[in-house]
Amino acid sequence: MTPGYFDHAAATPVRPEVLTAMLPYFTERFGNPSAVYDLGSAIKDLMEVHRAKVAGLIGASPEGIVFTSSGAEANNLAIKGAALAHLKKGRHLIVSAIEHHSVLNAARYLEKFHDFEVTFLPVDRRGQLDPERLRRALTPATVIVSIQHASNEIGTVQRLAELAAVCREAGVLFHSDAVASIGQLPVQVKELGVDLLSLAGPALGAPKGVGALYFRRGLRLVPQIHSGIQENGRRGGTENVPGIVGLGVAAELARRELPEKAAYLKALRDRLAAGVRELIPHTLCTGHPEERLPGHASFCFEGIEGEALVFLLNRQGIYANTGSACASKALKVSPTLCALGISPDLAQGSLVFTLSCGNRAEEVDQVLAELPRAVEKLRSFSPVWRKKTAAFSGGSA
Amino acid sequence: MYSEVVLEHFNNPHHAGVIEDADGVGEVGNPTCGDMMTFYIKVRDDVIEDIKFQTFGCVAAIAVSSMVSDLAKGKSLAEARKITKKAVAEALGGLPANKMHCSNLGADALALAIDNYQEKQAARRPEHSPQ
Repeated sequence: MTPGYFDHAAATPVRPEVLTAMLPYFTERFGNPSAVYDLGSAIKDLMEVHRAKVAGLIGASPEGIVFTSSGAEANNLAIKGAALAHLKKGRHLIVSAIEHHSVLNAARYLEKFHDFEVTFLPVDRRGQLDPERLRRALTPATVIVSIQHASNEIGTVQRLAELAAVCREAGVLFHSDAVASIGQLPVQVKELGVDLLSLAGPALGAPKGVGALYFRRGLRLVPQIHSGIQENGRRGGTENVPGIVGLGVAAELARRELPEKAAYLKALRDRLAAGVRELIPHTLCTGHPEERLPGHASFCFEGIEGEALVFLLNRQGIYANTGSACASKALKVSPTLCALGISPDLAQGSLVFTLSCGNRAEEVDQVLAELPRAVEKLRSFSPVWRKKTAAFSGGSA
Repeated sequence: MYSEVVLEHFNNPHHAGVIEDADGVGEVGNPTCGDMMTFYIKVRDDVIEDIKFQTFGCVAAIAVSSMVSDLAKGKSLAEARKITKKAVAEALGGLPANKMHCSNLGADALALAIDNYQEKQAARRPEHSPQ
């Protein structure tokens, strides 16, 4: 564990028991699962054991799991794969305005290269999508709707079962990106009523480079990586066997640990969020106050910029993330924060903490000691803050 | 991503603050596009005797402000006007490419503060002045 690390949405350490289970598959058990001799076929059998473990975490049957290289690839396969397999129905798809880039840009790809019409549905100020609004956006040409389960930027959890029900009634495919929620919230594909669902390894303590897509039995998907008949022809390329073993082991651990983990994270998160609200005036808590990921706290501090804040915290051994424009390579403020109706200058002061069970209360207390100082320092020479405080005090500063 | 010099100036910015009775004030940028800087100067005998800045922005923007204030202090107005964005970036040991334009606004803000001072001086000049 790295003390002070609060960016588990970006990367997580691999759990030791997961790593131990993976190691033999890099060296002595290196066979290709497609090979028919023992060294290969044993690996094929083993892969199916781990497929069943991943399926078990989400209440699916193993035949409904395709292994991918990441959550992003799972999202691409779901949206492009399902849309291109159902062109006869139409060329309209719906996503929310706060989806991950892999969803937004897969939709834009279909718009640009396959003449799809894309509806980017707005969310409310807390980040939730209204099922009625979704119902009104459906057209006879709508092929697929993709709405995330939870946001790794603002923590908001969608009322997914209601949204999925709207699509089911209309006979429209429903996909959900559950990369942020898997391992933190119960994710049961039948209860949620989803046709497709994406997940990835890091949220579970499995390594980067492995993910999975669930698809409902019989659902047609056009592969996005063309090769042989790996994954029953749905995803070409020799399988990442160590990654798949890691994902399977991590999924099994996650299934057992989920209730305890959620309670632990929520207590830690509440300590952090309450402390920040109390200690730092003029702070906006972004996302939904209750219906949010248990391990997620996100804020916008007035009058300062997030990249500078991240660097000040970094100096104190605290690692958090920001949706500030200055911290993004494209120099654009997070589309998610914009979609909540947060003004661009307030959105610049974004700071996001994503916790794991490796975090301890003492680390949260260290944040509560250092963060107010860092915000205060940046505000002390911020012209924006000076103007705001002049306005608060009703006179000139 | 940032040079040692940038981080040093960011961590301990020189001349951060406000001069309440400044002779010239220059402001550039706006918080919506990411960075905003305000420079305050005190001028005596055409020399920048004191300088302060306020900056809303990223690590680069704050380091640029600090460096510009260092470069300008004690210089004549004419010399201070010659401080270029390129010179500021070089003095900082380089800036990331995507920060060269959006965050490197310090020289512009300083030039505006000098403009502001000179406009005020011109306005103060008696109308019957021989010129």
